[in-house]
Amino acid sequence: MARYSIFSLARHALRHHEDWPRAWRDPQPKPAYDVVIVGGGGHGLATAYYLAKNHGISNVAVLEKGWLGGGNTGRNTTIVRSNYLLPANARFYEHSLKLWEGLSRELNYNVMFSQRGVLNLAHSDAQMDAYARRGNAMRLNGIDAVLLDRDGVRDMVPQLDFSAAARFPIRGGLLQPRGGTARHDAVAWGFARAADARGVDIIQNCEVTGILREGDRVTGVETTRGTIRAGKIGLAVAGHTGHVAAMAGLRLPIESHLLQAAVSEPLKPLLDTVVTSGAAHVYVSQSDKGELVFGGDLDFYNSYAQRGNLPAIASFTTALIALFPGFGRLRLMRHWGGVMDMTMDGSPIIGKTPLRNFYIDGGWCYGGFKATPGSGWVFAHTIANDAPHPLNEAFSLERFASGHVIDERGAGPVPGAH
Amino acid sequence: MPPQPFRLPQGGRIDRSRSLAFTFNGRRYDGHPGDTLASALLANGVALVARSFKYHRPRGVMSAGAEEACAFVQLGEGARSDPNCRATQIELFDGLTAASLNCWPNVQLDFGVVSDRLHRLLPAGFYYKTFMWPRRGWLTYEKLIRRAAGLGRAPSEPDPDRYEKRFAHADLLIAGGGPAGLAAALAAGRTGARVILADENGEFGGQLLWRDAEIDGEPALRWVERSLAELSSLPEVRLLPRSTVAGYYDHNFLTVLERVTDHLSPFAAPTATPRQRLWKVRARQVVLATGAIERPLVFINNDLPGIMLAGAAQAYIRRHAVRPGGRAVIFTNNDSAYETVAALSEAGVAITAVIDARAGDTAAAEACLRRGIEVLRGHAVIDASGGHALREVTVAPLDGSATALAGAASTLRCDLLCVSGGWSPTVHLFSQSGGKLAFDAASGCFIPGESRQAERSAGAARGSFDLAACLAEGHAAGLAAARAAGFAGPDSPPPQAPAQAMSPIRPLWEVPSPHQGRRDRKFVDLQNDVTAADIALAAREGYRSVEHTKRYTTAGMGVDQGKTGNLNTLAILAGETQGAIPAVGTTTFRPPYTPVTIGALAGRGVGDFYDPVRKTPMSPWHEARGAVFEPVGKWRRPLYYPGPGEGMEAAVRRECLAVRNAVGLCDASTLGKIDIKGRDAVTLLDRVYTNSWGSLAIGRCRYGLMLKDDGMVFDDGVTTRLGERHYLMTTTSGHAEAVFGWLEEWLQCEWLGLDVYLTSVTTHWATAMLAGPRAREVLAAAGTDIDTSRAGSPYMTVREGHVAGIPARLFRVSFTGELSFEINVPARYGLALWETLMAAGAAFGIEPIGTEALHVLRAEKGYIVVGHDTDGTVTPYDLGMGWIVDQKKPDFIGKRGLRRSDLVRTGRRQLVGLLTDDPAQIIPEGSQIVRSGASLAATPVPMLGHVTSSYWSPALQRSIAMALIEGGQDRQGEAVEAVLPDRTLRAVIGTSRFYDPEGVRLHG
Repeated sequence: MARYSIFSLARHALRHHEDWPRAWRDPQPKPAYDVVIVGGGGHGLATAYYLAKNHGISNVAVLEKGWLGGGNTGRNTTIVRSNYLLPANARFYEHSLKLWEGLSRELNYNVMFSQRGVLNLAHSDAQMDAYARRGNAMRLNGIDAVLLDRDGVRDMVPQLDFSAAARFPIRGGLLQPRGGTARHDAVAWGFARAADARGVDIIQNCEVTGILREGDRVTGVETTRGTIRAGKIGLAVAGHTGHVAAMAGLRLPIESHLLQAAVSEPLKPLLDTVVTSGAAHVYVSQSDKGELVFGGDLDFYNSYAQRGNLPAIASFTTALIALFPGFGRLRLMRHWGGVMDMTMDGSPIIGKTPLRNFYIDGGWCYGGFKATPGSGWVFAHTIANDAPHPLNEAFSLERFASGHVIDERGAGPVPGAH
Repeated sequence: MPPQPFRLPQGGRIDRSRSLAFTFNGRRYDGHPGDTLASALLANGVALVARSFKYHRPRGVMSAGAEEACAFVQLGEGARSDPNCRATQIELFDGLTAASLNCWPNVQLDFGVVSDRLHRLLPAGFYYKTFMWPRRGWLTYEKLIRRAAGLGRAPSEPDPDRYEKRFAHADLLIAGGGPAGLAAALAAGRTGARVILADENGEFGGQLLWRDAEIDGEPALRWVERSLAELSSLPEVRLLPRSTVAGYYDHNFLTVLERVTDHLSPFAAPTATPRQRLWKVRARQVVLATGAIERPLVFINNDLPGIMLAGAAQAYIRRHAVRPGGRAVIFTNNDSAYETVAALSEAGVAITAVIDARAGDTAAAEACLRRGIEVLRGHAVIDASGGHALREVTVAPLDGSATALAGAASTLRCDLLCVSGGWSPTVHLFSQSGGKLAFDAASGCFIPGESRQAERSAGAARGSFDLAACLAEGHAAGLAAARAAGFAGPDSPPPQAPAQAMSPIRPLWEVPSPHQGRRDRKFVDLQNDVTAADIALAAREGYRSVEHTKRYTTAGMGVDQGKTGNLNTLAILAGETQGAIPAVGTTTFRPPYTPVTIGALAGRGVGDFYDPVRKTPMSPWHEARGAVFEPVGKWRRPLYYPGPGEGMEAAVRRECLAVRNAVGLCDASTLGKIDIKGRDAVTLLDRVYTNSWGSLAIGRCRYGLMLKDDGMVFDDGVTTRLGERHYLMTTTSGHAEAVFGWLEEWLQCEWLGLDVYLTSVTTHWATAMLAGPRAREVLAAAGTDIDTSRAGSPYMTVREGHVAGIPARLFRVSFTGELSFEINVPARYGLALWETLMAAGAAFGIEPIGTEALHVLRAEKGYIVVGHDTDGTVTPYDLGMGWIVDQKKPDFIGKRGLRRSDLVRTGRRQLVGLLTDDPAQIIPEGSQIVRSGASLAATPVPMLGHVTSSYWSPALQRSIAMALIEGGQDRQGEAVEAVLPDRTLRAVIGTSRFYDPEGVRLHG
C-alpha cells in the first residue's frame, strides 16, 4: 500500500498526480473463500479489515451489490458518540469511539474524525434529571460527560433560542466533548484500502441472490457473478438485513423503516458542535464544507425505498427553526433517505445465528455509523472464534426471547418507536 | 464610464423609462425593470462577480438561469441577508444591495487565491491523504479548512419574513412555462381540466423570451401573450410565475416554491403578503416541460469571466438588451449556438470567429460564411487567458477522434467566448419521480425513460430540442394528461412552428490538451472547482463508480448540484474507464430542484404557531397569580406559586404543608381522559390493564397499570365505571395521546371484533383536585348537593351532582395520601369552579398547589410517576406492585412478555426508598448508586441503580428518595452511596412508603 502523507502528496504533485496507485484492487471473485462478508459498507469492510489484522484471516471476500459505502454508510449524518446509559451500550460504543480516535492513522486515510462535541439539549427539569442520570452513568463507566446548565449551553451555541418565548426553553444539556463527526465516505474507502492491502478481495457490483445451506450450516452464496463457496458468512447489509437473512431461511425481529436527512447550502462556519434535541425531534451539525446537516424522526412507515416524503422534512425543518430562529432564511439544498433496520429494543444484533457458520451484524436502527470500527472489531472476533467478543455478548439474537433487551429509550418492543 | 455602457439602445424586455438603483460590492449602479442582477451587472460592464469555492478563481456570469455555477452573491443585509443567491435569478429591484462571496478583502484582490497557486498540492481528495499528523492535529487543520470553505454568511438574526404553505389539488400540474408547457396548458385547459402551470421565472415563455422564432405564423412572443391571455381567462387554470417545482414525491405529490415578493424591495413588499409560499400539490397528472440546460465545453481555463453559455449570451442580448461583450468568439459542437451568432451580430458585437468542432459542412456554418463570419470547422478552443476578464483564446484543429489536436494553434483576441457543448434535458424532476434515465446517443444526453408515476415529459425535457416538436409534444402531453384525468373536452389544433433542419452534434466531452500530461486545468464542475484531471485521478485511484467519483471529487455536490457539469463528468469518467456513458450511469437527482428556503418548509409553523402550547381553562388564573410554569408534554403546568419574595423551595414547602394540614387546590385538567363505551368495554380494560375489571361496580373507581407487550410499565391511572357499558379512563398527562393511540391501534388492528368506542375527552372536562383534611369543608362552603361524607362518598367512588351550582362529577381518589376530591366539570366552567373553590377555601387556609408540591406529596406516599420512576424497562414486580398483576386472567398485554427469563430473574432493579444518613442532604435525581465503599478510581464502576425521585419532605422534616436498585427489595437496611460529581452521599435502603404507611389519612 502506497503510504499517504503530505510528503507523498508533494512528491506526486511534481508528477501531476499521474502515478497514484489504485486505492484498492478490482479482483474477480474466487470460487471459494474462508470468509465471505455480504455488504461493502463501513461495517462489512471494517469486519474484513479486522479479520485480516486481528485474526490473520485474509482469505476473505467482501461482496457489495453496488458501490462501496452506497448504503447507509454514504447516507448517514456522520455523528460519532458513545453517550449511552446502559452498560452494554456504553462499553461497546466507548470501545468504538476509542478506535475512532486512532482510525485515520490506523488506516493511513484521513477519516476527518472531528471531536467537536455532541450536545443533547434539555428543555425541562425532567429532561435534566434524565441527562444527569445518563451523564453520571457515563462518567462511572469511564466516558466523558459534562452536564451543562443554561449558561453553559449558551456559551457553546449562542444561536439557540434563549428568549422567554422559546417553545423549547433551554434548561441545559449533556455534552460529550469527545463525540463529533467524521467523513462517512472516507471511512468506507479507508477500510477498503487497508483491508485490500491485507489481501481481502473487495468485489463490487456483486449482488448476493441466494445463500447456500447444507442442513443447519451455510456453505456459500449465489451471486450475480456466480457461486462463491464460503467457510463462514457474515452479514453486514444494514437496511436489508431482514431481506438477506431470509435467503438463509431466517426471520429476524426487524422492521425496515425510512429515515431522511438534509443539508443546507454551504455557509461560513456558524455551528461548531453537534446539537440534538429529543424533545424537538431534530439534530444538526455543520460539515467541513459548510453545509448544515440535519434530520429528525423516521417517516414512520415501513419501506425499502431509499426516498422519503415531505411531512418528515417539514417536521424537522420546522423544529430546526424553533431551536435556531436564525436558520429559517437559509436554504435546504438536498434531502435524501435511507433504510433503517429497526429492532425491537433499538439496539443492534451482532452475533451468531441458529445456522452454523452464519453470523449477523445488523439491526443498527439509525445509529450504525458511529459503531463502524467497533462493530467490525467485535464481528470479526465473533466470526473468527465462532463466539462473541465480551463487548457484543449482550447483542445476541436470543435476547428478544429471553427478555434481556437493551432498550436505551425504554420505548418498548415497537421498532418504529426507537 | 457612461452609465450602463453595455446596454443596447433598443430591444429587449426591459422598461427603459424607469431606472433602478442598486449596489454591488459597495458601488452604485443602475438597471431597469426586466433586468436580473446578472444582466444589470453585465450592462454596467462588471465582469468579475465572484470567487470560486476551492481555488478562489475569478468568475463571472456563465448562464442566465438556475444552472448558474459561478455568479453567486450575498443578497441584502442584516436580518434579510440571503447567502448563496444566483445573480442570474435575482430580479432587480430599486435599492438592491449585493456583494461577492468567499473573498477577502474583496473580489478584486482576494488573498484566498493562494489556494489557486498551491493547486498542485490540492487535487481531488487531497485531504484524505494528509492532515493525519499529529494524532489530534485534525481539529486544528479542520478549523482552517472550515474557515476557507463555505460560501455565504448566514444572517445572525431571526428571519423577519413570513412564509405560507398551501395545499392544492390539480388534474394536471405542468412544470415549466416555455413553449411545451404553454402548449400543454392550452390543450388541457381547453378541456376544462384544473391545471396549474408553474414556471421559475417572472415571465412565462421560457426560451421564447429570447429566441427569434415564429409560432402559428406570428412572432413567438405574440403567441405567448395570446396563450397567457387565454389561459388567464380559463377559470380552472392557475398560472404560477416565479414558482419552482422543487420536489416530486410518491403518489404524484409535488412541492412548488412560489417566490411571492422576492422580486420586490423588502420595503416595497406588501406586508400582508408572505415572502414565499410552498404549494403542496397533489396532481392527478404531471407534465414535465422543464426544458434543457446547455453544457459548457471543457478546455483549459474554461472558467474565466467572459466565458458564457451561448444560449445565455443570446438571452442577455434579446431579453435584457445587454451586449455581453465587445468582441466575441463562439465555440460550439452543435447548431444551437448559431442563433447566438445571429444575436451577437444584431447587437453589434464584433465576431472574430465561430469555432465549430464539427469538421463537415453544416447549413448553419454555411449561412455564417455567407454573412462574412469566419467559421473554423473541425477546430476547438483549447485554452483561454486573461486575469479578471477574458483576453484571448487559443484555437487548434481537432483530429478525427477529437481526442488529439491535428495542427498548430493560433490565438484570437476576444472578451466574450460563447460556448455550447449541446443541451441536457432537465430531467431532475423525472428522476425524483422514480424514473430511470436512458442515454440518447444521437443527441448525446440522458432523456427520461419509462414513467414510474402519472407523468409525461415533453419538449426539450425529453430531448426534443426543435421548437415545432416542443409545441407538438407539449400539446399532445397536455391533452393526454387531461384525457387520463377524465376530461373529454374538445381537442384543439396544436400550435405550429416551422420545422428546423438540424445537423448532428459532435460529442466533445473534453477538449484535448496541447501538451502531454495532466497539467491542464479544465473545469468540469465550476461551482466546486473540479477539473477533468480530478475526474481522471479518481478513476485512476479506483473511485470508478459514478457515485464514488462524485463523492471523491465533489463534482455535482455544490449549490448548483451539478446542473451544467453533470454529463461532462460522466462522459470524462467513461473515457477514463474505457466504458460507455450509459454504463457509467448517473448519480441520483435528489429534491429539491433548486434550494428551498427552510422557512418556507416550516410555513406558519414558527413562533407561537409551532407546536402550540396547550392551556387549561384555569390558566388565566395561574398566570395572574404569578405561577412559575413547567412544560409537561404540550401543556404548561404551574410548577409552583411563589408568594411575595418567596423562592421555589419555600413555596413548595408551604404548598405541601397546606395539603397535609389544611387544604390545597391543584389544576389537574391535563390528566388524560378517555371515555370508553360499548358492550365489550370491560374486555378492553381486562386486556390492556394487568388487573381485573369485571367486578368493578357502577360508581366505583379502580387503579390500573398498563404494560407494553414486553411486560414493561407504560402508563397508569384510575378508571371509573360510570354506567353499565360506560367507563372513564384517566391517563398520565404526558401520555394521554400515546395511550389513546395505543388503545386505538389494538382496537383497529388486532381486536376488530370488540364493540368498544373511545373518545378522547381530556379537554372536555376541567379538573380541580381538592386535597387535604379540610377538603370536605371547602366543598360544603362552595355548595354541593352531593353527600361528601365518608359513607356517602367512600374512597374510590364517583358521585354526580353539582358543585358551586355547576354540574360535576366528584371523584373520591387521592394522589397525595390525604382526603381528596377530583372535581370534573365541563371545561367552560373550569375557571368559575376554581375561583369559587379558592374563595370558599380562604377561610380554611387553602393554597393553590403546583406540580412540584404534588410530586413531593406523592413521593412521601411512595406513589410512582410513570416516566419518572419508570423508564420503559421496569416491570410491575420491579415496582413492588405484583399485587396488581392478575396472572389468572386468560391474557393481558404484557403477560407473555413478563414470563421471559430475564424478567423473572433475581437481581433485577427494584424500586425502594432511600434515606440519607444526613437528613439535611437531598440526593440529586439521576444520581447513580454504588456499593458502600466502592472505589471510584477504576472505571467502569459497577452501579447498583439510580435515584428516580428525591425531595425534601416538609411533613417528615428530612430528605426522602426513591431509587431503582439491583435486588433492592432484599437489601432493606443496607447502606449504599450516591455518587455526585464531587462527592458521595451515604444512604440506607428502606421502604418507599415514607408517610402514613397505613393509609389512614386518605379516607379523611
